[in-house]
Amino acid sequence: MSEKNRFLPYLREDRLPHIFCPGCGNGAIINAFLAAMEKAEMDFDNIAMVSGIGCSSRIPGYLKCDSLHTTHGRALSFATGLKTANKDLDVVVFTGDGDAASIGGNHLIHAARRNINLTVICINNNIYGMTGGQISPTSPKGSFGTTAPYGNLDSPFKLAELVAAAGASYSARWTTVQIENLVLSIKAGLKNKGFSFIEVATQCPTYFGRKNKLKTATAMAAVMKANTVFKSAADRMSARELEGKIVVGEFANIQKDEFTENLERISVEKSGKKTLINSAYSTEL
Amino acid sequence: MAEEFFIQGNEACAKGAIAAGCRFFAGYPITPSTEVAETLARELPKVGGSFVQMEDEIASAGAIIGGSWGGTKSMTATSGPGISLMQENIGYAFMTETPIVIVDVQRGSPSTAQPTMASQSDMMQARWGSHGDYEPIALSPSSVQEFFDFTIKAFNLAEEYRCPVLVMADEVIGHMREKIVVDDNIEVVARKKPEKTDDYLPFENIENGTTPMPAFGDGFNIHVTGLTHDERGYPDTNTPETHHNLIKRICDKVLNNKDKICSVKSEGCDDADIIIVSYGAPVRSAVEAANRARANNQKVGYVKIDTPWPFPDEQLKEITKNASDVLVVEMNLGQMYYEVDRVLGKDTNVHLMGMIGGLLPTPDEILDEINKIGGN
Repeated sequence: MSEKNRFLPYLREDRLPHIFCPGCGNGAIINAFLAAMEKAEMDFDNIAMVSGIGCSSRIPGYLKCDSLHTTHGRALSFATGLKTANKDLDVVVFTGDGDAASIGGNHLIHAARRNINLTVICINNNIYGMTGGQISPTSPKGSFGTTAPYGNLDSPFKLAELVAAAGASYSARWTTVQIENLVLSIKAGLKNKGFSFIEVATQCPTYFGRKNKLKTATAMAAVMKANTVFKSAADRMSARELEGKIVVGEFANIQKDEFTENLERISVEKSGKKTLINSAYSTEL
Repeated sequence: MAEEFFIQGNEACAKGAIAAGCRFFAGYPITPSTEVAETLARELPKVGGSFVQMEDEIASAGAIIGGSWGGTKSMTATSGPGISLMQENIGYAFMTETPIVIVDVQRGSPSTAQPTMASQSDMMQARWGSHGDYEPIALSPSSVQEFFDFTIKAFNLAEEYRCPVLVMADEVIGHMREKIVVDDNIEVVARKKPEKTDDYLPFENIENGTTPMPAFGDGFNIHVTGLTHDERGYPDTNTPETHHNLIKRICDKVLNNKDKICSVKSEGCDDADIIIVSYGAPVRSAVEAANRARANNQKVGYVKIDTPWPFPDEQLKEITKNASDVLVVEMNLGQMYYEVDRVLGKDTNVHLMGMIGGLLPTPDEILDEINKIGGN
């Protein structure tokens, strides 16, 4: 029992214990990220993380790398500036469904449109967890939350499809019951030189579960597993057959111009040099 | 060797930014500030810098904060509606002590109001626009030369005090064309790299309040958050002392250095009965009005406030101590007037000449006000 988790060296141990509830999917997703990071042979010290506000946005605070915990919904705009200022950094964004798709929806589609080289892990639990169980833009129609006591009237966004349509070069969706696939997609996202979006459908037993008669993480996982349909199969199903299903797989995986590469190309053309890095520390420019 | 240029205010601002070492601009088009973005879109790639047109002003403010932590001096430029949208992330920059420069070329307000007309109606928003307690630094240029100079000064102050600095220009200064002189020896403050020691604290509660900041990627592995944080940068949201110490330090590092930050110019105030107090474009008319009054043997002087924030209490008190009346001239219905009245109101009659509509008050209009007060 006392065997140490092999990913512990990547964590800020002085910040533990974390704030996540029992049964939360965030732990499994942190594990999946670190496994993918090792598989992709990334230099962990070169990773900079950016996040917004919400439970998932607390993840970078527990990882031992430069981390920018920003304002609600705005992580992608901060990440755009950070990556543009230093394109050598591997910038990873952790966000949630409320953060990325509600208050940050505009930043999400524009970052995807630019195809800027960021790896975004969007943890979609279909609810606002941090504020206590309000419906989110991915809550299923008819599901319950503290702000939808009579059932959610709105239709949910399909985030992975939305981001693919907005122009991202990589977009995928998995759930916390398909960790192996998730690891491979995060690895692909980290290696992709462009905007990579990995949506992870996850369980929030504390709020979504309690409000929707799924009281345990295992009950939620079982429902998630039963409702999962691979994209290849979903392509042959009707809209009615797909109601309530979680379609998993890759929605974009293409080669495309990358934003900061293009900026660098213009810099080389106009000034004969690459975009400067760490220029704030110099008076000789 | 100094170089001379005949250029527009907004172009001078862009030129000043590049001279100050700005190598990243993120912004969104808005009248009457757009030429700052247009100029930097063209010029930044020529000096190894980057320009990004963001999706809105919220994103613009976020991007320059990210750019600053990426190790690059960063700026945005906007006007009233845009500065309203930026307030959330401006507050974040104060809380995380991120050096950035925000240029506001003020136009008729509130709402979209008068895009092509001048005003100074964002002065209190510069002071109090984001929620919470903080002490902003703001500069107000009165000429195209000053728009160039103050943009450089804004970058230097941002680095010295690790905080956002606002350049509160107005449409008159943004769009007018004047000759500027660019010196060879421009003083530029470079960011200081902290020493890589085991006990480095990015938000250390030190005497003068400002700790050197590393860039992301330097190997410091720091955590930056808008939540109340301890000296390591780790969230500590429920300890009253942590919050008190952090916010007091963020405020005090500016307040305790007011004598170094505040800049006020004046003329003819020693024996003046009436003193005109102004900032930004109206200073041009205030100077002319004071000169004409003097020529007419009226004892009138003027004060030009270069740095509305932090407000130069002590300097203003000292300069105006012999005057019976002070006339605040500004292009709003009274914003800095409240500050002047707060500082001088006990011993001096403080009057407001607040003009809205978009036109600069003329020297004659100011003289009329002086005569009403009784400048004979």
